[in-house]
Amino acid sequence: MTTTSALSVPLPARSAQARVARRKAVLSWVGIHSLAIAAALFFLLPFVFVFLTSVMSDRQALTSQLWPAEWHWGNYARVWHTPGFLTWWRNTLLYAAAGTALTLLSSLPVAYALAKFRFRGRNTALMAVISMMMLPPQVTVIPMYLVWAKQFHLTGTLWPLIIPMAFGDAFSIFLLRQFLMTIPGEYLEAARMDGCGELRTLLKVVLPMARPAIAAVALFQFFYCWNDYFGPQIYASENPGAWTLSYGLESFKGAHHTDWNLTMAATLLVMAPVITIFFFAQKAFIEGVTLTGVKG
Amino acid sequence: MALLRSPAPAALRRKHRREALRTLAFLAPWLIGFGTFFAYPLLSTVYFSFMKYDGFTAPVFTGLKNWDYVLTKYPFFWQGLGNTLWLVLVMVSLRVVFGLGIGLLVTKVRTGAGFFRSVFYLPYLAPPVAATMAFAFLLNPGTGPVNHLLGGLGLPRPGWFTDPDWSKPALTMLALWGIGDLMVIFMAALLDVPRAQYEAAELDGAGPWQRFRYVTLPNISPIVMFAVVTGVIQTMQFYTQAMVAGKVASGVIGGSGQPFEPGYPHGSTWTLPQMVYSLGFQRFDTGSACVVAVILFIISMAFTSLLLRRKSAFLSGE
Repeated sequence: MTTTSALSVPLPARSAQARVARRKAVLSWVGIHSLAIAAALFFLLPFVFVFLTSVMSDRQALTSQLWPAEWHWGNYARVWHTPGFLTWWRNTLLYAAAGTALTLLSSLPVAYALAKFRFRGRNTALMAVISMMMLPPQVTVIPMYLVWAKQFHLTGTLWPLIIPMAFGDAFSIFLLRQFLMTIPGEYLEAARMDGCGELRTLLKVVLPMARPAIAAVALFQFFYCWNDYFGPQIYASENPGAWTLSYGLESFKGAHHTDWNLTMAATLLVMAPVITIFFFAQKAFIEGVTLTGVKG
Repeated sequence: MALLRSPAPAALRRKHRREALRTLAFLAPWLIGFGTFFAYPLLSTVYFSFMKYDGFTAPVFTGLKNWDYVLTKYPFFWQGLGNTLWLVLVMVSLRVVFGLGIGLLVTKVRTGAGFFRSVFYLPYLAPPVAATMAFAFLLNPGTGPVNHLLGGLGLPRPGWFTDPDWSKPALTMLALWGIGDLMVIFMAALLDVPRAQYEAAELDGAGPWQRFRYVTLPNISPIVMFAVVTGVIQTMQFYTQAMVAGKVASGVIGGSGQPFEPGYPHGSTWTLPQMVYSLGFQRFDTGSACVVAVILFIISMAFTSLLLRRKSAFLSGE
């Protein structure tokens, strides 16, 4: 009797324990996912409201109604055919594409030297890179503007923004350097043993291994140019033919004062390429962001 | 002896010289960039801060006159510094807490983890001008959806970007919407915390809050520090959102219209970078603009050196 009871007692207790544990797990699942859904609403609803307003009629956009009475998809065509919109689009693409290409070409060798060469002043150079990275662009803008305006007569174009990218971008150098540090020295040694010069080693061995970091840098730089507002405001504002989307979007709002529907359609058109690229290159991004944060 | 020894050092010296040249070749683009786009304009900014210069006639040395003007007469300097302090205290700390919270949430979600991560990250990518435009619409006091919903719930309807008391909170909401960068950094740090420590804490009977307080926080504190310092540096640069929100809310926009004075409403959104723009490119007071630029540089570098000191361990590491 005593033995059976002693044996049988733990059994229901254990299953009761398991039931409590399971109930706890279900509760925490529900709690966590409700929180996640609430947060998702906070992040998504702005897009939803912007989209709903972007397809309203002009008259309805003046009201505070949330749901479009009729769906005016033509608003997007109206924005697209606004004078200047295509020019802004083209300028932004040129700025972003040329800026990204030049940044990669100029930053990779620098990052490689900072990660893999031993030389005096290497740490100082790295500190200088980080300082440049943290420097607000407004600190140096006045002398730079004077140089571009008076020596080169290039204000009113995007060249004062593109040309400096041929001379290394601090953030890209830093991010690439962080990644190149993780490539084991043995690979480089092996390449050198095979008689590769440093440039060959960089191109044949390092480049293929660093592809994820290069992708991340390319994306960040492309987005930086795409999103840049201050640069075009300083250098391009005097010439509407050189405006970019970010700068143009603001003036679009100025021209369509009360037409929130058109402004929101334009806003979404400016966001669209960035969001599309993100969905195709999510992994590269997230890896890139974590590379910039420090471990430990 | 000398005959025997000399070839080796000569060869070595040649090798050293070759290596130095190679290093120089690889660094060349950046060295030029550093000189042209960093060192030169920085020195030049300091130089102009002591000059009276309108960009057209020759600069004239005026000593500390510009400094005196900015620090004691220019009406917006201290207000702008106060705004920046507000943003550092409120916006940066809320962003760190919220980013950590969202990062924690994302590591705990089991179902649809990829979906939630993308959704939480997405707004960070929205171009700042577009995101600000969207919030200027969402928060517009007359017909905006947010006030419409608040009104429906019987809550007060703030003026947001048009009310000096609400403009900075509205900018803070915009900054919280774009929390994606911090979320990812915290997520990576949280996944790096050794699981064994949680298990040990659980065996000791630690509840969720105690596990967070005594296991999670100590492990991720360097990342929290990183987020705070970079947050302060970013806040020193706060420009686009404040300027665009001010322009849209005040109704003064357009490349060729009347000039917009930043800070709308009532100077509540002034920040130092906007002063450089306003003084230098709207009032053509190059000297005073350079004074603000130098101050901006000093504050930014003070915080950067904090960051460099914290990171010195990993900087030298191979």
